[in-house]
Amino acid sequence: MSKYHLNINGTPKTVNVAADTPLLWVLRDHLNLVGTKFGCGIGQCGVCTVHIDGVPTRACLTPISKVGKSQITTIEGLAKNGDHPLQKVWQELDVPQCGYCQAGQIMTAAALLKKNPRPSDADIDTALSGNLCRCGTYLRIRAGIHRAAEIASKESA
Amino acid sequence: MNSTHLENAGRRDFLRKSALAGGGLVLGFYLNPADSAAKRVAKPSTILETAEFKPNAFIHIAPNGTVTLISKQPEIGQGIKTSLPMVIAEELEVNWKDVVILQGDLDPVYGSQSAGGSRSTPTNYEEFHRLGATARTMLIQAAAELWKLPATELVAKDSAVHHLASGRQLDYGKLAEKASTIPVPAPEAVILKDAKDYKLLGTRIGGIDNPSIVTGKPLFGIDVKLPGMLYAVYEKSPVFGGKAVSANLDKIKSLPGVHNAFIIKGGSDLKGLLAGVAIVADSTWAALSARKQLKVVWDDGEAAAESWAGFTAKAKELSAQAGTEILRNDGNVKTALEGAVKKVEAAYSYPFISHASIEPQNCTAWYKEGALEIWAPTQNPEAGQKIVTETLGIPKDKITLHITRSGGGFGRRLIPDYIIEAAAIAQQVKVPVKLTWTREDDMQHDHYRAGGFHFLQGGLNDKGKLIAWHNHFVTFAHKIIKDGKTTLEPGSGANLSGDEFPGRWVENCLLEQTPLECNIPMGPWRAPRSNVLAWVFHSFIDELAHAAGRDPLEFRLEILGDKDIIPGTGKQDLPYDVNRMKHVLQHVAEKAEWGKKTFPRGQGQGLAFHFSHRGYIAQIAEVTVSKEGKL
Repeated sequence: MSKYHLNINGTPKTVNVAADTPLLWVLRDHLNLVGTKFGCGIGQCGVCTVHIDGVPTRACLTPISKVGKSQITTIEGLAKNGDHPLQKVWQELDVPQCGYCQAGQIMTAAALLKKNPRPSDADIDTALSGNLCRCGTYLRIRAGIHRAAEIASKESA
Repeated sequence: MNSTHLENAGRRDFLRKSALAGGGLVLGFYLNPADSAAKRVAKPSTILETAEFKPNAFIHIAPNGTVTLISKQPEIGQGIKTSLPMVIAEELEVNWKDVVILQGDLDPVYGSQSAGGSRSTPTNYEEFHRLGATARTMLIQAAAELWKLPATELVAKDSAVHHLASGRQLDYGKLAEKASTIPVPAPEAVILKDAKDYKLLGTRIGGIDNPSIVTGKPLFGIDVKLPGMLYAVYEKSPVFGGKAVSANLDKIKSLPGVHNAFIIKGGSDLKGLLAGVAIVADSTWAALSARKQLKVVWDDGEAAAESWAGFTAKAKELSAQAGTEILRNDGNVKTALEGAVKKVEAAYSYPFISHASIEPQNCTAWYKEGALEIWAPTQNPEAGQKIVTETLGIPKDKITLHITRSGGGFGRRLIPDYIIEAAAIAQQVKVPVKLTWTREDDMQHDHYRAGGFHFLQGGLNDKGKLIAWHNHFVTFAHKIIKDGKTTLEPGSGANLSGDEFPGRWVENCLLEQTPLECNIPMGPWRAPRSNVLAWVFHSFIDELAHAAGRDPLEFRLEILGDKDIIPGTGKQDLPYDVNRMKHVLQHVAEKAEWGKKTFPRGQGQGLAFHFSHRGYIAQIAEVTVSKEGKL
């Protein structure tokens, strides 16, 4: 067991865990940030996606010892009041069905929009290909990203 | 509009607290329409009564105007936590923004709480209209008595009762106390709204939990956390039904963070508590890490000798014999096939597949002083309670079951295996414990959609008309003991109905079934039967259409024939609206420009239709096959 000083959603946190503990379980079991989900534990489903220094990353494959001083952002910290354009649009278009994968979808989509503010269908499909939705909400996810991009471009115009 | 999360206490607690905070109207109804009017009487509550009251309630109106509606059915992504309360809200004439929805615990007062078979809406729809309309009638009556006006002069809308003639209005919150003294009206005195006046139903209302979903609030079973909770994993035999003989438990118990490790003996019922090794630790990762060092000696049992190759060979062998069960025998298939101008034969098979709901199975349980409290993402809370009572001997009234949101269901969570595992572990550790399955556990220990083998023969006459249909279905079954006799029972969704299309349509039709024993757990999976039968039957119909040199659409329309309705004859089958199916089929053909589009070699359209869960569906797919023959 070792002490790790983390920066999560802009807040310093300290945990005392084994070095190989994945960030996923530190978030869920130790820090009560359960918005980041467990789906497969082998980086195949994307429900545990968080941002590490802005890069969408699978928390289930990220040992805590490798996190260092990086800025970690989870779905809880994506926007201060839960009002990121994607979070608003997801409600407007009623994107979720069971909802379990949606935090991961939103985190990947948010990173995409930062890099590419007006993505094409193909851009979206490529960026989100690692985020599975068992209910099959892919068409609404795509529509949601387009809509969020549209809103963001109007706001910045 | 709001929703509540897991950190909220149970419904009873909520009602107790809200009652203490200032009274209100609680309406409860028995759901069985056969109950007498007297039994259906709600218990109007007062502030003091409610503190002790066990409400069989769906509707609660607080003096501040908040309307709390109970969702009784498990939410698995089908939207029932939003849609059934919408039905009440519609009839209650309440503004949706004033509504708070709480997930009800398992409680017999709600009637059936199982969500499966696409039945939650059809079985509750009318009753939920009545629940809302009855409450609305009582609120109007309350206003009538306060104003000393005839109820007929009053209308309810926007969470208030209005006297339009004088412009007076009273909000529901202000009427709550008076309404709680109004006797529940007789069912015939309650008038349901005309569908043309609906304001909510038929509009798109976002899922009630959407705000929590997009901000990552605790919501799902796997998100449950209790004070002092431990984390468990459970390793079962890699062979279905295998027994745990021994394990390196001392070693496991010495590993960091591990509190306990033990063997659970389990039984032989594949749907019951199966043998395994539990590891209980102070975090999920500690439990998972210890599990990597777990060494178990298993007694594999008879399932170890089973294989797909073995099943396939056995199925072929069985198909040559007469079926053990004749499901339909119209005309004379043998003669018709012999006399057919063209005869087509085919064998179709499909494998076992898993549900793979994206939230792995999990359950939190807390055993204390002979009572058990359970938090479960389940489609079938009644089954969870039942299996705990039967396996562990904990009486029903000592079991509290909280239904959490489920990260997908698809039929998987109708089976309560993970609930009984968590309960059995909790009984030993006596502190709150959350069992989490890994993805590997979920794939290896599902209750799979049964595989199956269909041996088909079809015959065409000189006009290319389908005159004979023979299907011998070799289906997977479990050995069970029924009435003291050993018998083979097909898996869930693995028995054919004699009424399944094209049974009832083809003049010479023989449908027979033979069970093939296996020791693989099977369960309902997304539209049981339909998910495979539509593919098998329509693929074969297509083969016949091509053999006849006819257009697959026109060939199908001829089979459907000219009758409007074909009555059901089997145990579970419904009348079949032929006209409706033909309309659906023609409509989709028109939309997809069937027969009008030209495709290059290697591309084409295919069509099929199916009747499932009271629904008529037709689909057209456009597919491309590569030069190498790959789809």
